[in-house]
Amino acid sequence: MSSTLHTPKAAKPNEDADALIERLGSTRRSRFTRHVILCVIGLVMMYPLLWLVSSSLKPNGLIFEDLSLWPAEWSPSNYTDGWTALEYDFGIYFSNSIIIVVLSIIGNLFSCSLAAYGFARLKFTGRKLFFALMLGTMMLPGHVLLIPQYILFAKLGWLNTYYPLLVPNFLATNAFYIFLMVQFMRSLPQELDDAARIDGCGPFRTFWSIILPLCRPAFATTAIFTFISVWNEFFGPLLYLTDPELYTVPLALRQFIDSEGQSQWGQMFAMSVLSLAPIIGFFIAGQKYLVKGIATTGLK
Amino acid sequence: MTTTSTETAVMPGAVAPPAPLDMRRRRARKDRAGYLFLLPWFIGMLFTVVPFFASLYLAFTDYNLLNPPKWIGLENFADMFRDPVLLKSLRVTFTYTFVSVPLSLAAALGVAMILNRGIRGLPWYRAVFYLPSLLGASVAVVLLWRYIFGFDGIVNAFLGWFGIDAISWTSDPDYALTTLIILHIWTFGSPMVIFLAGLRQIPVMYYEAAAVDGASKWRRFRSITLPLLSPIIFFNLIQSLIASFQTFTQGFVMNNGGGGPANSTLFYNLYLYQQGFNQFNMGYASAMAWTLLVIIAVFTAITFLSAKYWVNYDS
Repeated sequence: MSSTLHTPKAAKPNEDADALIERLGSTRRSRFTRHVILCVIGLVMMYPLLWLVSSSLKPNGLIFEDLSLWPAEWSPSNYTDGWTALEYDFGIYFSNSIIIVVLSIIGNLFSCSLAAYGFARLKFTGRKLFFALMLGTMMLPGHVLLIPQYILFAKLGWLNTYYPLLVPNFLATNAFYIFLMVQFMRSLPQELDDAARIDGCGPFRTFWSIILPLCRPAFATTAIFTFISVWNEFFGPLLYLTDPELYTVPLALRQFIDSEGQSQWGQMFAMSVLSLAPIIGFFIAGQKYLVKGIATTGLK
Repeated sequence: MTTTSTETAVMPGAVAPPAPLDMRRRRARKDRAGYLFLLPWFIGMLFTVVPFFASLYLAFTDYNLLNPPKWIGLENFADMFRDPVLLKSLRVTFTYTFVSVPLSLAAALGVAMILNRGIRGLPWYRAVFYLPSLLGASVAVVLLWRYIFGFDGIVNAFLGWFGIDAISWTSDPDYALTTLIILHIWTFGSPMVIFLAGLRQIPVMYYEAAAVDGASKWRRFRSITLPLLSPIIFFNLIQSLIASFQTFTQGFVMNNGGGGPANSTLFYNLYLYQQGFNQFNMGYASAMAWTLLVIIAVFTAITFLSAKYWVNYDS
């Protein structure tokens, strides 16, 4: 796994380094202590999630009574009942979320890769200024733009539609992803572009046929990060979507506490598990891209 | 820009024109290509730059979305000083930030140090520690937190084993924010991964040389690891501060949009949302937004200025 952070060539000296560090004052006993500490921390951190999964399978009466992780009595009906517990089926909420996520990923990949290529590879008047501006927007807290954006979207008649959530993604407003791709493209040899130009490629052809195919790792990172942040996003949908038919999964989940009188914890936990499952799945599938991505840009 | 681009479009195939003109035309063509690639971004910037200045203007107005904005000068800002709820929300946000950011960064650095080198199963550990940071902002996990810290939740059950009386974590104003601080610390995984990447960059020979000279573990940490890692600590600190000042979802979901009990989880941005979108005091909310921007800018600037005393840029 450590080879995902380093090229195979670099892995060898690093292993030596690891071995050396080990000899520098780590005995067998201290190594054992380290594993014990890590396992305890890991267990404490995982416990809430394991409790969530276990509670989602328990009948309501047992959730706060039976504290063991292994349910004494199984209640898989939490899942089937929870699925239909709210005004609409969770199928609707999930497909809403999926539509938004997929379109957001397409939008970010499209618009951010164009901008990144411009910044990383082309020379044009004002490039440095625009690049600085782009970095500046990365630091800009989003809440400052919130109210005028809301007014603007309201005037455009976009309230209660997905446009406010989607259109910005097609306009490269996620400077983090541009920055990530710029960093990646700068690491590709300039000779590629020169060779393409000599062979008669214009900038668009070079971008499309040479650079894009090489940027797949950066695209994977962008796609996974977009997936996780959009799937989790709560504020935007809360602000712009009022019709329950348009709700995303997080908005739907929150409805369980609006109707708290019924105390259907088991169903709520079951739907919570389903809402987290895709993130965990993407995390397992794309861990190496995630680790690389935050290591290069500090993205969360 | 438009005139130069049509110029090149009109005469694309001209052979051997005078040199200065050729230079200019090639430059114009390069400009045009660059601007075309940036076109979506330029339009996107309109969605950023225009609202940025519009909210600055609105901060000095009384605006409720129905009537046109009315200029009232500094009144919104004066009102903010007299608004006890706003001052409370600032206190909540500051407490949350200044407790949870150092603690989670310390946890991140500590675990990263233990994980750093020569440990088996690094990918597993890293995955386990990193996963929560992807889930921390999700509604499902904040809901989960409500029930873990509920009166008959597992935290109280666990404390009960040690003879500690049950605490009403979520409904007692003294404890409600603590649960969210613990949630923040639970997500230390993403700064940890950044620290891990940074630790890998420190040349091993430094440690080797220090060990030969008989430096203790603590000394090696203080004199090698800390200075060489300081740019990354700095980076993580800035990132975490900015993000933490803007916390919203945790406060909103924890107490159903209210920020209770007794406003003890009323984050600044949550109060901004209430002012702007429940009460439609858009002018006041804009003034709040700009005040927070200034607060964030000041803290970022302080961190930057302090950098020269503790951040090492030699390498």
